[in-house]
Amino acid sequence: MAKLNVLLMTILLTCSLLLVTSQHRARKGFIDLERAQATARRHEVEWKQLQLEQTRLAKHSLIDAAARRDLKMQPVTPERTLYINATPPAAGSKTLAR
Amino acid sequence: MPRPVKLTRNALLSTKLPAWRSRLLLGLMAGCFLALGVRAFWLQVWSNDFLQRQGASRYERNLEIPAIRGKIVDRTGAMLASSLPAKAIWADPDDVIATPEQKFKLARLLGMERRELDRKLAEDKNYVYLKRQVESEVAGRVAALKIPGIHQRNEYKRHYPEGETVAHVVGFTNVEDVGQEGFELSQQQRLAGKPGSRRVIKDNLGRIIEQIGSGREPQDGADLALSIDTRIQFLAHNALRDAVREHRAKAGAAVVLDVRTGEVLALSNWPTYDPNNRKVLTGAQLRNRAITDIYEPGSTMKPFSVAMALENGKVKPSTIIDTAPGKLTIGTATIGDAHAYGALTVEQILQKSSNVGTVKMALQLPPQRMWEGLTAVGFGQPPQLGFPGAVAGRVKPHKTWKPIEQATMSYGHGISVSLVQIARAYSVFARDGDLMPLTMLRQDEPVVGVPVFKPETAQAVRKMLEMAAGPQGTAPLAQIPGYRVAGKTGTTHKLENGAYANRYIASFVGFAPASRPRVIVAVMVDEPSAGQHYGGQVAAPAFARITGETLRALRVPPDAPFATLIHPVDPVRESL
Repeated sequence: MAKLNVLLMTILLTCSLLLVTSQHRARKGFIDLERAQATARRHEVEWKQLQLEQTRLAKHSLIDAAARRDLKMQPVTPERTLYINATPPAAGSKTLAR
Repeated sequence: MPRPVKLTRNALLSTKLPAWRSRLLLGLMAGCFLALGVRAFWLQVWSNDFLQRQGASRYERNLEIPAIRGKIVDRTGAMLASSLPAKAIWADPDDVIATPEQKFKLARLLGMERRELDRKLAEDKNYVYLKRQVESEVAGRVAALKIPGIHQRNEYKRHYPEGETVAHVVGFTNVEDVGQEGFELSQQQRLAGKPGSRRVIKDNLGRIIEQIGSGREPQDGADLALSIDTRIQFLAHNALRDAVREHRAKAGAAVVLDVRTGEVLALSNWPTYDPNNRKVLTGAQLRNRAITDIYEPGSTMKPFSVAMALENGKVKPSTIIDTAPGKLTIGTATIGDAHAYGALTVEQILQKSSNVGTVKMALQLPPQRMWEGLTAVGFGQPPQLGFPGAVAGRVKPHKTWKPIEQATMSYGHGISVSLVQIARAYSVFARDGDLMPLTMLRQDEPVVGVPVFKPETAQAVRKMLEMAAGPQGTAPLAQIPGYRVAGKTGTTHKLENGAYANRYIASFVGFAPASRPRVIVAVMVDEPSAGQHYGGQVAAPAFARITGETLRALRVPPDAPFATLIHPVDPVRESL
């Protein structure tokens, strides 16, 4: 009888300890998950921020101003453009419209 | 026989207790156990739910997970509106203990006057917003000051990187992230998304240690792809701004439509505003004139009258109509031309924009026919744009028309349209007679229109419109090197309190390249006051600039030789 009691006691203690450790591990795992999710969210926000910044820096008005003012560029006008016909005439000479 | 007496027996020691005392005690104890049992039953079974809930509320928390508002992008995917996390900084004034130096730093970080901060901190409330939608970085520095009583709350801030260029189309949201104008307002449901929630267990330090159940995932708002092309929008915006400034006008609007898909490629208004900074906003800045304002289209209406006369077999393009002496009296009213032209062909009538000739053609049509024609190209009905405040314009029911009304309507007076409406209506000429549906959302497939005119009629009018934009027409300034252009000018007196005032609206509606139209462009300039007020002088150059740059941006092959443009010194004056 006493032997059985001791055995049961041991089993009980082992189970309790296992319960405590698994609970602990579950919590740790959960905290890791939370942290990973937070990181994912942070990256998402960062990505959005970068997208926004990209759009801001690639704004047409900025590029336009930079090209005109800083690089002293001029818009392409048809007067200064050579247009080449896609289908060359039979004679082999290219037609240029000016 | 006497009983044997024990030695230990002592009469004094023997007590005689009444039997009921022990029974009473037993009863009392049993009663106590019963009471405990009942109590236990009460707690464990009867009010178990209640107690469980009470307990849960002490360690469980319902967390709301906010949904992120969808992005708005243009047709190429460029960002037009996007939400980023921000912080609301609030204070509980009673709890705030700050040194003057801390207050000084706080005020500087929040961009406030010191006095304003003090006033807010002196308020008799326990929740005062110091500043909302503070950027995360600034909020971090505020938190680093560690002033007790100053707290932060998560929220979102909407950013509009393109700023004033597309302000009227995109609109904006308020601090609560609810749409107020434009697509932010009309697509609120779609953009907003649904917040999620989850139940968690927190420990005594407020850390989340466990989640209960699966919770509800937040549904982020859907992204919205507009038909707007930011390149073209930028071109239109610049050209419009320059035209309004050059002619010292009150306002202006421009629309660029794709002929194949019915998409609005650009929609620009001036004056405009920066949606990122809306401290001082006036009604004039907010107005989306191209969609919500109606005006009398004037001569831009004439092609429809001519097309209806052609369609009903009343005239041919070569029919000669006598417009002499440049005046026509209907009832008590007289309609006049700027010049007396004499006999003109139908083609020349549209080219020179003769009121008399147009009226003579239009009056051959029964009013009902004409009304049906105007309705068929979309006048009098709001365009289905999915945009708030699109107006229907005004076309009187044909039963009430007097002859003079029918006459003036044929050249665009006594009828009101919006710029978007008339631009769309020109698709019947740009597309061989069918009216295309409009959309402001990206659409990759060509659309099927509703047939209105026969293809021959549309082609005939297209030719006339090309003549009108030529050297002999009213709008030689609308020409673009390398492309054939078709279009019509419009100049009208503004209606004020029912009478025509000496202020003008100059407009131009046209399309290019004329051989195979790709875009329709409409420009309207309100109250040009720098001396010139004709559509051919004010709106046509802006049209030419927008159309030329747009066609090059879309890489449309040129369809005309690059001859030097002929800009006559004194172009044909338009009749008002």
